[in-house]
Amino acid sequence: MLRFVATRVAVLVPTLFVIVTLSFFLMRLAPGGPFDADAQLEPEILDNLRAAYDLDQPVTTQFGLYLARLLQGDLGPSIGNKDYTVSELIAIGLPVSIELGLTALLLATLIGAPLGIVAALNQNRALDTAISTLAMTGIAVPSLITAPLLTLVFGVTLKMLPVAGWGDGAWQNKILPLVALTLPQLAIIARLSRGSFLDVRRLNYVRAARARGLPEWRVVVFHALNPTLAPLVSYLAPAVAGVMTGSIIIEQVFGLPGVGRYFVQGALARDYPLVMGVVIVYATAVLVMNLLADLAYAALDPRLRRGLFGGARP
Amino acid sequence: MSEPLLRVRDLSVRFRARRGSVHAVNGVSFDLVRGRSLGIVGESGSGKSQTCFAIMGLLPQSAECTGSVRFEGDELIGAPRRTLDRLRGQRMSLVFQDPMTSLTPHRTVGAQLCEIVRVHDGASAAEARRRALEIMERVRIPDPERRFDQYPFEFSGGMRQRIVIAAALIQRPSLVIADEPTTALDVTVQAEVLRTFKAVVEHAGTSLILVTHDLGVVAGTCDEVMVMYAGRVVEHADTSTLFAAPCHPYTRALLACRPGLDSKPVARMPTIEGRPPDLARGEPLGCAFAPRCSVATSVCEHSRPGLRELTQTHRAACHLLEAGQ
Amino acid sequence: MSATALRERDALVESAAGDSPGRAAWRRFRANRTAMAGVALLALITLFAIAGPWLSPHDMETNDWERIQIAPTLEQSHWFGTDANGRDLFVRVAAGARLSLLIGLVTTGVAVLIGVLYGAVAGYVGGRIDQWMMRFVDVLYALPLFFGIIILVTIFGRNILLVFVAIGCVEWLTIARIVRGQTLSVKQMEYVEAARSLGASPSRIIFRHVVPNVLGPVIVFSTLLVPTVILVESFLSFLGLGVQEPQTSWGLLISQGASAIDSSPWLLVIPAAFLAATMFAFNFIGDGLRDALDPRDDS
Repeated sequence: MLRFVATRVAVLVPTLFVIVTLSFFLMRLAPGGPFDADAQLEPEILDNLRAAYDLDQPVTTQFGLYLARLLQGDLGPSIGNKDYTVSELIAIGLPVSIELGLTALLLATLIGAPLGIVAALNQNRALDTAISTLAMTGIAVPSLITAPLLTLVFGVTLKMLPVAGWGDGAWQNKILPLVALTLPQLAIIARLSRGSFLDVRRLNYVRAARARGLPEWRVVVFHALNPTLAPLVSYLAPAVAGVMTGSIIIEQVFGLPGVGRYFVQGALARDYPLVMGVVIVYATAVLVMNLLADLAYAALDPRLRRGLFGGARP
Repeated sequence: MSEPLLRVRDLSVRFRARRGSVHAVNGVSFDLVRGRSLGIVGESGSGKSQTCFAIMGLLPQSAECTGSVRFEGDELIGAPRRTLDRLRGQRMSLVFQDPMTSLTPHRTVGAQLCEIVRVHDGASAAEARRRALEIMERVRIPDPERRFDQYPFEFSGGMRQRIVIAAALIQRPSLVIADEPTTALDVTVQAEVLRTFKAVVEHAGTSLILVTHDLGVVAGTCDEVMVMYAGRVVEHADTSTLFAAPCHPYTRALLACRPGLDSKPVARMPTIEGRPPDLARGEPLGCAFAPRCSVATSVCEHSRPGLRELTQTHRAACHLLEAGQ
Repeated sequence: MSATALRERDALVESAAGDSPGRAAWRRFRANRTAMAGVALLALITLFAIAGPWLSPHDMETNDWERIQIAPTLEQSHWFGTDANGRDLFVRVAAGARLSLLIGLVTTGVAVLIGVLYGAVAGYVGGRIDQWMMRFVDVLYALPLFFGIIILVTIFGRNILLVFVAIGCVEWLTIARIVRGQTLSVKQMEYVEAARSLGASPSRIIFRHVVPNVLGPVIVFSTLLVPTVILVESFLSFLGLGVQEPQTSWGLLISQGASAIDSSPWLLVIPAAFLAATMFAFNFIGDGLRDALDPRDDS
């Protein structure tokens, strides 16, 4: 088990390194640079600017410098937002994004999983059809549409909630973004849990457990729960990725000061350090989540713990 | 005469399908005396497995089950879950067909065996472990101490089936129902597992219902044989009688299909032409076997033969039998 | 035997003969009403995309300054209304439809092509080459697809062709994985061994044996990939990183509509409805295909 964890962690660092390297060089290879918009500046000033951001050095040197600073935790200055370093910007934006993202994921799981089971228990009857249709809608209709629509209904027409802005964390400002972010994941999780529950009910070993005279609660907890959770756990990592992607849109629509917003700004302005910084943060989050998901999965499936076919067979 | 261990009367199982319903088990009746073993033989779709599930109360929600199954005095059809839980695994148990899927993959073999003991007897962990190791030895699992903490995936097919058998026998039930216990195993392993199974069952004096499509297995293991076709019983007799003097044309055809050690090599092996009726299309009008029967007459196609007692221990359902066949 | 018995026997034989799996799957798909509804919906939208510009007297870019932001009306054939610059929405939505569908199909095609080849080669060759190839895929997988695309788009600018390529470059990963998995299992099968022992060249084996067997899951996945691509493009355009004026796409229209939400909600609702409808259609079709190719009886 320890070996399993250790190998996974050991892969994390090189993977991150590859991502950083790829992003860095891709960015530098691009035609045009961050100061193209300021073309009307005097050449000397442009040169000074470039030098300040090390852009006059050969690319490989720039990379070396970047890595060196990275290891010290310095993500560099933001080119677009001149008064801030990238780390500072991320420090401002990350709490917002994390709060929104984690809450969305939590809600999606806590509401979605039981909803799916309810649908399964009423298979093919009215309740199931209703829930399954709602789930299908949640999956098919992207946050791209639901976010503005929610704003239209609740913000403009009914005037119940603020249309945009973080409002220093007031709860009214969080509702619409949260709903928009949660819906797609909730739909997917509900669908997954419904399918999973239906599959599990037909499993031979669940029937065999009943055949041994075990009371239903034991059958559910010790025999059926594990396979029911398995698909949900494997969805954990993609779910986080989905929430991160969704939060970019949400933050844009609602004007929230989260990391996603800086990412888009940085991409539009070709602010290399900012984009790189956000990429590193996101990539780390994804890799860590992948690791956690793998661990959770190994906790459920003994074959992963023992190593497939590792045991002796006569 | 003492009350039989198991009394099945007019057992019927109906599944609601997309178009109409399927009468998988239709009016099955038989008795099983304590200590005896009964083999249920038939093709796939004959209803033999569903009969077993009906007895154990393991049919899915969509199944309608009627009739009566009395086990040691308790009526099982329609019994509440608590009654069934008390009896299942304790007084009667089921050995499933496919060992690869009938053990819970995420729990150790030992944990699964102990669970049975602790739930039924309220035994301590130590006592349960002792009983588990004991039964593992009796079903000939080598090195049980080490195997106790292993997961099912670490066992081969034959070993897994022994564990399944162990789970069925650990509480020393009066009745064990085995649904094709060796069909999913390699041929080389089949005989061994069957031998172990038979030994343990006989040693404990447990009654056995063995479902199989293999007549050879029945010949070596069971006291009585019941032949099923299209959801009904077509013949039921002592094993020796059935093999020596089969009465129903279907039974005869089945026996004729088996190549013997001394049979001459022939160009073509005998088979029974055609296939069993698709029960989803409704019940056949006359005898279900008539389309494939070599001696069928017009009576056979229009009226269904009932089960007639030919002797005290021999019943068969065929119109031609009253003519003294 | 009597007539009834003979008839019964013939019926049995007929049903036992069966169809080829492809034919049976097609029948199941046709019987699935939601899937067929999806096909119909998609056909309608495609028709709209193609015929829309012809039906309307307006074009995408003309500014009708006298009719700014009017609601949908029959007057002057502004059936979907106009936007803040007086441009007719009907034609723009049709143009958006064209672009989205085009991107969806072409990009999926490219992604499938790359993915199938990559996966088939990796799975067939096996060994260390396979390991490295899949490790490359794993590394790329670590970054959510969307980010990779944004990075690529940032680098190479907002060129519409690049959006195609960028999305395609990133979506082939899953297909490669699926195909590799299937290839590995097909490789074990005996007829491949037989072909190999008869001296068939690897490329021949890959094309004649591996690829046809892999087709099933790939088709299902592709059907679900097209809406994903359309969605990604919409997301990008919404953020301003995708399609640029003068071209338009649904994502761009929705973004423009979202900013005019209090004054002219139809600018948001209509393109959004089209996008949603397309998503539904593809999802229904994808589900139908999956059920047809791998029926799981829920009863």
